Amino acid sequence: MTEAVTLNVEELSMRFGGIHAVEALSFQVMQGTIFALIGPNGAGKSTVFNCINGVYRPSAGRMIFEDEDITGLGSHRIARLGIARTFQNLALFRNMTVLDNLLLGRNHYLNAGPIRGGFLTRRARKEEHEARLKVEQIIDFLEIESVRKQFVGSLPFGIQRRVELGRALAAEPKLLLLDEPVSGMNAEETEDMVRFILDINEEIGTTILLVEHDMGVVMDISDRVAVINFGVKIAEGTPQEVSVNPVVIEAYLGKGDKDQ
Amino acid sequence: MPSGQFKTSYRDDTKIFQTLWVKMWLALLMACLVVFPFFAGQYLLYLANLVGIAVIGVLGLNILSGFTGQISLGHSAFLALGAYASTLLTLRLGIPFWLSMPLAGLFSALCGLLLALPCLRLRGLYLAIATFAFYFIVEYSIVHWNSLTNGTGGLTVAEPTVLGFPIDSDTKIYFLILSLVVAGLIFAKNLFRTETGRAFIAVRDNDVAAEIIGINVVRYKILAFMICSFYAGVAGSLYAVTLSFIGPEHFTFLMTIEYLAMGLVGGIGTIAGSVLGAVFMTALPEAIRLLRDALSTHYPFLVSRMSDLQSGLYGLVIILFLIFEPTGLFGVWLRVKKYWLAWPYSYR
Ligand SMILES: Nc1ncnc2c1ncn2[C@@H]1O[C@H](COP(=O)(O)OP(=O)(O)O)[C@@H](O)[C@H]1O
Ligand SMILES: [Mg+2]
Repeated sequence: MTEAVTLNVEELSMRFGGIHAVEALSFQVMQGTIFALIGPNGAGKSTVFNCINGVYRPSAGRMIFEDEDITGLGSHRIARLGIARTFQNLALFRNMTVLDNLLLGRNHYLNAGPIRGGFLTRRARKEEHEARLKVEQIIDFLEIESVRKQFVGSLPFGIQRRVELGRALAAEPKLLLLDEPVSGMNAEETEDMVRFILDINEEIGTTILLVEHDMGVVMDISDRVAVINFGVKIAEGTPQEVSVNPVVIEAYLGKGDKDQ
Repeated sequence: MPSGQFKTSYRDDTKIFQTLWVKMWLALLMACLVVFPFFAGQYLLYLANLVGIAVIGVLGLNILSGFTGQISLGHSAFLALGAYASTLLTLRLGIPFWLSMPLAGLFSALCGLLLALPCLRLRGLYLAIATFAFYFIVEYSIVHWNSLTNGTGGLTVAEPTVLGFPIDSDTKIYFLILSLVVAGLIFAKNLFRTETGRAFIAVRDNDVAAEIIGINVVRYKILAFMICSFYAGVAGSLYAVTLSFIGPEHFTFLMTIEYLAMGLVGGIGTIAGSVLGAVFMTALPEAIRLLRDALSTHYPFLVSRMSDLQSGLYGLVIILFLIFEPTGLFGVWLRVKKYWLAWPYSYR
């Protein structure tokens, strides 16, 4: 495997007023690996994601994606560079069909524009057809054929999660950010989701940065894990290293433990 | 009667008219529309022309407000801009109508761009107020720029020509409008089967998510404003040749309310709804007038009350639809169709 760095986060800090949500956080995600960011609720994991894909502008630090400094770029520009994500609480287009949601994930490959689209020129038709073929592959892969024409808002939560994953995949990202992809799912749904994540990583070769609150899943699938608590990285290593690290055990099992 | 659709390729699935059945009905409708002017009287033809203009105008508004979720209270201003632009281009520069009409559309689209730029960060009530202010700026300019617009005196519209042929009768105007309605409908339908239209709906549904998956929300908002005002500009120039005289009193704020009502009544964010809404809202005042005339012989005291009622009618219809049929006439049609397609196994 090549030792290329896909994402390099350097000294990232994010403050909201007096709250230090993320503090001088650094880590590197290697190409083709699954990197997990874990930590208790409120540790700042989602905030890291929001900084990476430009929802928040970090207070300090830099983020380099494949040699390009993405710090402070607009969200849509970052997405176009090849970073796709899913959300802890889903951010789907609920009044649109599964198919349209997935096609929207590919929007930046479609450049026909309103005039060619409105006149449905040969180029616009070709583009749409190609997008449809690609999206159908993803629909097959995620086993959501039977709901492709249904409105997303009417689907069960577990399926919506898959649709959101599908929308991210449709962009053919180089880096996929998954924010708690199995939270709120039952055992069977979790198992399916884990299988999809592994397949995406192994078969498509997508680099994955995963946020999880729950240690179990993470330990199974990640190549490398960083643990954050109160916005600060307290440990990093292989799952085995991290799981026996006394500081991590302390953070997870020691004090308080309001939300485990 | 078809009971379902079974497709074997993605190309079939994306066809504009899905079944032979639909094509047959559309062909029949087109045939009726083509022979219509040879049977209709002068007044009915004039009404049909107004309906056609309204379809184009409300399609534009629906693209911006219904599909992209950006409310506009400045719609009549864009019709006015189109009407004055095409009229003045012909009067002052001698540009024939078939050229001045698309130019008027482009001019209106350019004004839409100018309005969109400061409005990009506004939403809801603030956007409504900003577009409302735009309407007043346009109205003020028309009334006070006497040297160009002849102010409240208005302008007499030159007889339009298309590629040298004079459009000198209501029937010819009818066919001109009909062809543009068809073109406008097909364009809009295609738009929403391709990338741009999907992105518009995404911006309406969840603009944060749209941005994050790589959709340049700013770009699509600007595009929606421009396409909307292009349609309005074309509708305005057709309105000018249909009336053959234009003044500021033809493009009131009430006209914007009428267009919003058409969109709502037909069905927000649906193309067929734009047509239904335009037909319904143009026919409604006529129906009320007929009713009034019929009643006046027996109940003369009602007549004075009725004319009061007419002005409040749009408001009433909007409210009734919002409460009872938020999906509009098109939503009603879909329900009825679903019911009959599954008959006798229909539920509900
Ligand atoms: N937009 C925001 N404004 C203010 N505080 C925020 C905002 N987003 C996150 N926070 C705070 O940052 C901290 C970390 O939150 P978050 O990143 O969501 O944690 P996690 O995803 O690890 O559960 C929390 O204390 C949260 O209240
Ligand atoms: Mg979180």
